Amino acid sequence: MQSGIVMIAMSVIVFFGVNVVGDPIDMLVAPDADQAEIERVIRDFGLDKPVWQQYTVFVSNAFKGDLGTSFIFGESALKLIVERMPATLELAFMALLMAIIIGIPLGLYAGLRPNAISSRLIMSGSILGFSLPTFWVGIMMIMLFAVMLDWVPATGRGDTISVLGMQVSFLTADGFSHIVLPALNLALLKISLVIRLTRAGVREVMHMDFIKFARAKGLSANRIVMVHLFKNIMIPVVTVLGLEFGSLIAFSVVTETIFAWPGMGKLLIDAIQQLDRPIIVAYLMIIVVLFVVINLIVDILYSILDPRVRLQDAAN
Amino acid sequence: MIKLHKWLAGTASAMLLMGGIASAEDLTIGLSSEPSAIDPHYHNLGPNNMIAYHMFDRLIHQNEKQQLQPGLATSWKPINATTWELKLREGVVFHDGNPFNADDVVFSFERAPNVPNSPSSFATYTKGKTVKKIDDYTVHITTEKPYPLVPNDISTVSIISVEAGTDATTEMYNSGKATVGSGPYKYAEYVPGDRIVLEANPDYWGVKPKWDKVTFKPIKSGPSRVAALLAGDVDLINGVPTTDIEVLSSNDKVSLWQGPSNRVIYLHLDHDRDDSPFVKAMGGGAIKNPLKDQRVREAISKAISRDLIVERVMEGVAVKAGQLLPDGFFGVSENLKPVEYDAKGAKELLAAAGVGDGFELRIHGPNDRYINDAKIVEAIAQMLNRVGIKTDVETMPRSVYFKRASRGGPNNTPEFSMVLVGWGAGSGEASSPLRSLIHTYDKSQGFGSSNRGRYSNAEVDAMIEEALATVDDEKRQDLLAKATEIAINDQAIIPLHYQVNTWATRKGLEYLPRTDEYTLSWGVSAE
Repeated sequence: MQSGIVMIAMSVIVFFGVNVVGDPIDMLVAPDADQAEIERVIRDFGLDKPVWQQYTVFVSNAFKGDLGTSFIFGESALKLIVERMPATLELAFMALLMAIIIGIPLGLYAGLRPNAISSRLIMSGSILGFSLPTFWVGIMMIMLFAVMLDWVPATGRGDTISVLGMQVSFLTADGFSHIVLPALNLALLKISLVIRLTRAGVREVMHMDFIKFARAKGLSANRIVMVHLFKNIMIPVVTVLGLEFGSLIAFSVVTETIFAWPGMGKLLIDAIQQLDRPIIVAYLMIIVVLFVVINLIVDILYSILDPRVRLQDAAN
Repeated sequence: MIKLHKWLAGTASAMLLMGGIASAEDLTIGLSSEPSAIDPHYHNLGPNNMIAYHMFDRLIHQNEKQQLQPGLATSWKPINATTWELKLREGVVFHDGNPFNADDVVFSFERAPNVPNSPSSFATYTKGKTVKKIDDYTVHITTEKPYPLVPNDISTVSIISVEAGTDATTEMYNSGKATVGSGPYKYAEYVPGDRIVLEANPDYWGVKPKWDKVTFKPIKSGPSRVAALLAGDVDLINGVPTTDIEVLSSNDKVSLWQGPSNRVIYLHLDHDRDDSPFVKAMGGGAIKNPLKDQRVREAISKAISRDLIVERVMEGVAVKAGQLLPDGFFGVSENLKPVEYDAKGAKELLAAAGVGDGFELRIHGPNDRYINDAKIVEAIAQMLNRVGIKTDVETMPRSVYFKRASRGGPNNTPEFSMVLVGWGAGSGEASSPLRSLIHTYDKSQGFGSSNRGRYSNAEVDAMIEEALATVDDEKRQDLLAKATEIAINDQAIIPLHYQVNTWATRKGLEYLPRTDEYTLSWGVSAE
């Protein structure tokens, strides 16, 4: 119900917002086309009709599962976006994985030994991760790892293989060498975020009574950290990562552009530059659905991690 | 972290080994813009036409200077005022083995202007022409009026196979199902956003393809494209950013290839309205549009230092312009030279025109369309301020700019008073800018469609129209040159410079620059 209202509101805002900016005709038609050709294109794309009429056409088609036809590619906008989704999902998952694998251990370490020099280095490093612009870091990473050291290719997506009908690249050697750099670039900010969240969680929980009690019981340090501490610091981390995962998928635009990664973000930025309105609208609608779904998954994960949430729901 | 690096290095060296096995006859090209389809008739746009050219041959070729050369047609000549006869090449086969003949030509010209959902169709080139089969290897193209540019126009149209192409949709071309041409390369793979792979066609009638496999990779971000070349991912890139040219020219791993384009960057001024919206008297009051006075326009032209723009703003990668097309193109005038910087002369002209105390002016320009466009506009504003025209600048993304510059005002008139625009002559001769930029805006005849200053001069109009009906090359050349001279001396537009395009290859390769900005695999050769 709530999601339905969100969807309708979004469609109105997006559709009208996109339609007041610029004019796609000048982006499409060859400069030496004459006036008759320009008018034909305006007519063919329904741009001669008033905006509200275009909107009603859009809505009635949307109910039939048709989110419009791309001006540029002449194909269904939905199809174009879905085609490019695996590349973006793969990149986002990879980045998420890196955030977890790199971020949590470093955060734990920094939290458990707050005064060690190495911990301070980690924390200062995470500030860099936050504050350096993705664009710049991406270019620097290409210059260092691809141009100077020649370890990985600079741009593009490598060989793909089909898994459950989806084309994925990280399972092939070529594909993996292509994905490492963009995924790391995309993950950098998230790694920093996870480090800071984990460290803060550790610092807070370490002073709690139940940790002292566990220690008094004579449990090993390992067990305290891995079981008692870990479970309790995971809640904020999961919440934030869940939300961030949405933005990883939806707005990996900068990374995809620098690394020429053929995902949805690149499609979106191209569509914005060329005013391919149907793609912009369809894209944002899909993202709304995505966020709704992710929030649902995060809620479910909560109840697994924290029994209190489950009990509360049961009580209600 | 160290372990990860080592492991990555291991993967990378495995990659290098794999790279070593691949044939040396492969070519990978990094492109600054991506085609919107493989269908050769879907979208009349540079990147599309360039890729299509590899797979689909044309009746007439344009060489690197856009001069016409025999293609699938071995000869073409007018047999009367409105009919052209084309002799077709015999013994040519399509990629699927079917022979090429006149039926394919007729079919191609039927489909080219009529592709559903086309964002910009080939009707621009096929309009008013009827293609008729005489025998298997002869076709006649008739026009409504005498029209000399038939060969130029048809040199843009890809020839498809009637057998493979009947009822084929754009999607069938993109998936390769209907992608049957007779060009030097065959369709191999198309992954939108990532790559287009072509394979050599050993049966090509002309010069045999030099590369076994050609891969095009769209890499829109300029720095990333340069990095991809430096990293060895691609062998050739187009659209080298001007800021990188100096660094790259001292890098011994790459070579740069430059050539002037057919694109002139110019200023269009409001010739039409007495009260122009972005021209004000000093202090902001109303003023009768001084841009309508030829002396003021000449003053503006003289106040601009083209040398400075070329040297400083363009970092040397441009050529000063004195007319609509660079020297060497058909229809250019030998008498026109770039206007020299002369601030004193400009001030005198302004005084003579009665605006010696100056006026206020705003220049508009795009900031993401031409090389350094926003910087050029800013430089011009400073130069105009020096001669007393109080000038400011507004630049915007092209998606907003072109609509407003073309028809943002009341009744779909141009909105601005002075604009920076560029024009690339697709036909490779002077009638293209003359009919679109200089001729009076005339919707019914399709003239002046990009005349954003609404310049109108009956004498020039008559000459352009006469040229467009003169089949005799020599006479037409004179008419076009004369029309250009009158228009430029009247400052219908103020030309600034011709863009120079830069390609970069890895060491050991050579690229032959083209004026039409295409990046073609047969322009690449080993040194």
